[in-house]
Amino acid sequence: MSQSFRTILLFGFVAVLIIGTGILQGPNLALVILNMGLVSAIMALGVNLQWGIAGLFNVGIMGFVALGGLAVVLTSMPPVPEAWAAGGVRAWFSVLLAACTVAGSALMFKRTRKGWLVGLMLLVGFVCYRWVRDPAVSAIEAVDPAATGYLGGLGLPVILAWPVGGLLAAGAAWVIGKTALGLRSDYLAIATLGISEIVIAIIKNEDWLSRGVKNVNGLPRPVPNEIDLQNDPGFVESAAGYGFDPTIASTLYVKIGYSLLFTVVLVILLVLAQFALNSPWGRMMRAIRDNEVSARAMGKDVTFRHLQVFILGSAICGIAGAMMTTLDGLFAPTAYQPLRYTFLIWVMVIVGGSGNNLGAVLGGFLIWFLWVQVETLGPGIMTFLTSGLAEGSELKAHLMSSVAHMRLLTMGVILLLVLRFSPRGLLPEK
Amino acid sequence: MDFLNALVALSNFVLIPAMTYGSQLALGALGVTLVYGILRFSNFAHGDTMAFGTMSVILFTWLFQSMGISLHPLPTALLAIPFGIAATALLMLGTDRVVYRFYRAQKAKPVIVVMVSLGVMFIYNGLTRFILGAEEQRFMDGERFIIRAREFKEMTGLREGLAFKTTQGLTILTAVVVVIVLFWFLNKTRTGKSMRAFSDNEDLALLSGINPERVVMVTWIIVAALVTIAGTLYGLDKSYKPFTYFQLLLPIFAAAIVGGLGSPVGAIAGGFVIAFSEVAVTYAWKKVLVYLLPESLEPEGLVQLLATEYKFAVSFMILVIVLLIKPTGIFKGKSV
Repeated sequence: MSQSFRTILLFGFVAVLIIGTGILQGPNLALVILNMGLVSAIMALGVNLQWGIAGLFNVGIMGFVALGGLAVVLTSMPPVPEAWAAGGVRAWFSVLLAACTVAGSALMFKRTRKGWLVGLMLLVGFVCYRWVRDPAVSAIEAVDPAATGYLGGLGLPVILAWPVGGLLAAGAAWVIGKTALGLRSDYLAIATLGISEIVIAIIKNEDWLSRGVKNVNGLPRPVPNEIDLQNDPGFVESAAGYGFDPTIASTLYVKIGYSLLFTVVLVILLVLAQFALNSPWGRMMRAIRDNEVSARAMGKDVTFRHLQVFILGSAICGIAGAMMTTLDGLFAPTAYQPLRYTFLIWVMVIVGGSGNNLGAVLGGFLIWFLWVQVETLGPGIMTFLTSGLAEGSELKAHLMSSVAHMRLLTMGVILLLVLRFSPRGLLPEK
Repeated sequence: MDFLNALVALSNFVLIPAMTYGSQLALGALGVTLVYGILRFSNFAHGDTMAFGTMSVILFTWLFQSMGISLHPLPTALLAIPFGIAATALLMLGTDRVVYRFYRAQKAKPVIVVMVSLGVMFIYNGLTRFILGAEEQRFMDGERFIIRAREFKEMTGLREGLAFKTTQGLTILTAVVVVIVLFWFLNKTRTGKSMRAFSDNEDLALLSGINPERVVMVTWIIVAALVTIAGTLYGLDKSYKPFTYFQLLLPIFAAAIVGGLGSPVGAIAGGFVIAFSEVAVTYAWKKVLVYLLPESLEPEGLVQLLATEYKFAVSFMILVIVLLIKPTGIFKGKSV
């Protein structure tokens, strides 16, 4: 079976799965799966760039996804003038001060190699930072805490937040890459895992920035609102013309709108990634991945290339994160869990086929489909499995209530099976 | 008097909690370091193994409680630990047989085995949640305090109270005993020596007739014991929640790396370095400073360097600093 035939077959299979869901469980669920599948595919594409093509082991994907989400808040929410008046400039100035302190210390360490001097500089910088920041932050957070209590965003169209999310993630990736990319693969993994936890901790705690755990809801949308559509007589009429109930028609309309937007982004990124993979640059990256020493001997700047591809991959994850937050219409930092936003993406890349962009995209759709379906079908299967047990027995009740955790188990089993029997994934690298 | 008060406040809020936490991290990091030394990969399933071990201890504790067996004034969980270790060891040996052995025979690259451990992590994660759920569980019983704050105040006449919880005492004591036994085992027994030989130079160890499968088996059993004890102590001291245990992965790895991966002494040192810095950076120092500084200099704020939620940031910062200055950790770990 040739590779391209296999690709078509597997993508066809995923399409059948999603369309089948649409027929059996309603088009709404199918579109929900499709939309998040598109976002997951983009994340998997980003990780594939880092792992599949360059061999970088990044387990901090969650951090970049969350930064993308933060970008949506910072770009598209309307600004809160009272909060800005209370101390917006001062708060951002403190952030600038902190950044300068860190950068200055790093530079100082490079120049002088004196640990105590750097320590002193960090200490002084930290005290100044807290002295500038604390009053501003408490003033901002005191502005109508129930509704705002933060600075708000720039009030720009939400689509703009997607590239901004990419930029934000790229900036973070640059800082991380500069410090951590020299480390060996295991250390890099722990370092990125740590950084993603720190990003989440910052977003949860800095209430002045994005309301912390109080969440930001009602984010602007790139597509019309369902309620507006239902109140639009023209829309109701045309929906009725196709024989649809206006409520259902409006939800489908909105979801299809998202699907189209996401598909455009995915196709653009996929085409770019394919060009990159097949270009001289892609060959060089694979050469570095396969044998770093000989690539270095050929005069390739391995450190720089690693940094470059790390930034690119992280930026893609940031874009996907921004898209996801836009789709949810809600920025909730507590929702970011490493199992879901880091390790699940890894399962997608490995199952799909690392090193193959189409494989990563396929893995994104397939694993996302399973992740959703194991939860919706799980109770049904469990009911069937426990039908032999007496009604009302404790074991049955327990099994039924823990069925939600089935999907973690399923993902683990799938990952292990693929690694064992098809270690190069469903669509192996050519 | 003020100095004594400051000292008591310091012990109460910083030294004792950090000692306790450090012991728990050290035990966890020993497990990571042993797996890294002998099996040569970073085990991402470590946190979830800890959750599994603790979960089995909790289940046995409940069983004993329902049978009316107790160790009063000590927590019943202590009695359940050996059974928990047995269950965890069975699970880990089973996992090794079904999963890891294949890659060992293939001599797969370490990073591939790390991926495999991700899969194992998912499975353990699902397993613990499936059996006991994702909610928080408390399974501490028996006497809660060795010294109560009020009694201490009455006894000494100081303004600051010192509370010493049973779990804190138990943790520190158990950790000391476990570490002594482990080092005795590694340095004095034949099996321990063969483990160290295997860790130092695999080929040479094989040539001198050491059975690798036996070394690996013993390693998994020791790791099972370490994680179960560490997890149970942490659960007794705080509470059991699968997600918290998963998150412990980061400070534990940080401890192992800071000390030097593959070095048992390093793991212990790393555990305490991480624990003390986490507690020190996130503690509000006002209470101690009030006693030490003259009244005119009394601090206005809480003098808390970072909010408690940033404790991961602390372990991570130390990790980065140590890696930049001494890439193999304080005690010269190894790298595969």
